[in-house]
Amino acid sequence: METSYANVITDIGKEKLQDMLYQLMLIRTFEEAVERLFMQGKIHGTMHLCIGQEPTAVGAITTLTNEDKITSTHRGHGHCIAKGTDVPKMMAELLGKATGHCKGKGGSMHIADLDKGNLGANGIVAGGLPIACGAALTSVKKNLGYVVVSFFGDGATNEGSFHEALNIASIWKLPVIFFCENNHYGMSGNIKQMTNIENLADRAVAYGIPGEVVDGTDVLKVYEVTKKAVERAKRGEGPTLIEAKTYRWRGHSKSDARKYRTREEEQDWIQNKDGIKKFKEKLLNAHVLTEAEIEELEAQVKKEVEEAVAFAENSPEPSLDTLEEDVFA
Amino acid sequence: MRKITYAEAIREAMTQEIKANEDVYILGEDIGIYGGAFGLTNGMEEELGRENVMSTPISESAISGVAVGSALTGMRPILELQFSDFITIAMDNIVNQAAKLRYMNGGKGSIPIVVRTPGGSGAGFAAQHSQSLEAWTAHIPGLKVVQPSTPYDAKGLFKAALDDNNPVIFYEHKLLYGLKGEVPEETYSIPLGKADVKREGTDVTVVATSIMVHRALQAAEELEKQGISVEVIDPRTLVPLDIDTIVESVKKTSRAVVVYEAVQRGGYGAEIASLINESEAFDYLDAPVVRLGGKAVPMPYNMNLEKQAVPQVEDIIIAVKSTIAPVTI
Repeated sequence: METSYANVITDIGKEKLQDMLYQLMLIRTFEEAVERLFMQGKIHGTMHLCIGQEPTAVGAITTLTNEDKITSTHRGHGHCIAKGTDVPKMMAELLGKATGHCKGKGGSMHIADLDKGNLGANGIVAGGLPIACGAALTSVKKNLGYVVVSFFGDGATNEGSFHEALNIASIWKLPVIFFCENNHYGMSGNIKQMTNIENLADRAVAYGIPGEVVDGTDVLKVYEVTKKAVERAKRGEGPTLIEAKTYRWRGHSKSDARKYRTREEEQDWIQNKDGIKKFKEKLLNAHVLTEAEIEELEAQVKKEVEEAVAFAENSPEPSLDTLEEDVFA
Repeated sequence: MRKITYAEAIREAMTQEIKANEDVYILGEDIGIYGGAFGLTNGMEEELGRENVMSTPISESAISGVAVGSALTGMRPILELQFSDFITIAMDNIVNQAAKLRYMNGGKGSIPIVVRTPGGSGAGFAAQHSQSLEAWTAHIPGLKVVQPSTPYDAKGLFKAALDDNNPVIFYEHKLLYGLKGEVPEETYSIPLGKADVKREGTDVTVVATSIMVHRALQAAEELEKQGISVEVIDPRTLVPLDIDTIVESVKKTSRAVVVYEAVQRGGYGAEIASLINESEAFDYLDAPVVRLGGKAVPMPYNMNLEKQAVPQVEDIIIAVKSTIAPVTI
């Protein structure tokens, strides 16, 4: 085991580490259930699974308090769960039910949980970055002391909003962490075909802010690098751009035949770079958790997701007279 | 009562509101020492400080998102977009974020923003600085749309817009900025969704918006000399629209002309005309409702051509007469 890990593990402590593993497994199990329900025709529209990317959500969000905020993406289930959103209500929302987190009006791509500091998933690529800057501005103006972590994918870094938001956050020294989950594909667009630079974090140079590259399959490394950026933001020193290299095991959405990448490449990430498997091994090797404890966590996760599915399936459809509610405040 | 200009009325409203409520601030391009492209914010930075009058980079995409994010977290921002034409660059945040975050989130959270922006032609600015795009925003559920035509209305409607808990698009007219009128010094509010009868008449109802209110009033004076009594109604807000006042007037006059500067095709005048046709006023109509909007051309630079592109007083006179006796327009 690497020395730095020993330190990080000691710093974080058993309880939080156990919770991180729980979150990682909960996200994956939740999404596996979502995938199953979609195949059964119980979830409609589309869905964007983050299976394989769980460590970025959990590693980054573990550094935050309930008051700190996030903005999320169309691939946002992981962020949502890690920030503490009620899992049965999420599942009910995905089934479009009245008991859903958004009364069945938002769906997978639009879950926001303001009470938990989640300002929302977003169906617009790079849509969350300027919003994160605005929330960070509120923090400064009202002296609230919270930070905002804005998640986005590699594709978002080619949107104008990305550049404008980084610039504004930099000149105003806003407490924002721009967190790029580089899963190497913007829908079918391979990052190598869509940009001409090795690391997306290099773009930080253009805005005079730090850029950090981290292994996005390593939840503790993600935790470490985000923690540093959060501390910097809380000291009033401004934003950081973090690029976590990761991979979505599934396609962009359920319509995706994944013709743009090889099965060998997928298997390499799945077999050799599974962040959950690696984290379990680390915790076992460091004697933080025992096999039995991990099995117990797995059983708990399975039960929680099964209960969420049952809650969602047994929940009523929204009443049709709610159609025109909530358009205006 | 003292007379001030339309621009001064808006500046006074903003200044009073920023002083009265620490959650209110204004952001936009060149609004600091420069005073904004039309001088609306002249002296405000000096009086209210940079933290309340925030000059931004030329980044409509980001600053509109900043407004959304800060509104979602408790502020009440005023966003000045230098020309309403630039709303196209801010459109994602206005249409895809501000207008629907609340609905998508099942009624949680609100986005109290006023987007102030000058529209309209007549200043020789050509096609990218002269448009009237209000129909774009009026079309989107979740947005309110205001078009003040007088200094008095501008001040009172601004307060109502700012007090509203929803995103409001506040279209000013650049030719009206110098128009003087009586405006109380104290704050007051004109409710959104309340039309104003600018002139009473008995023969034809003219529903006119923004600068067309003044042209309609001039036309009415001329027509009065010819024995035709024209009632001029200014809806003041397109969303919500006070259709009741319009219907009552048409029931009285039995004829209606809808006059607006924006391109007639697909414009908001069609909506008003249709609402009249669908209302109880239909049975009272002695002639079809006439629309008189702008020509479907990008605004030309040459000022004679520019004038030709949008309704003038004489065009309104012809349109009104056409509802009494057939005339080729």
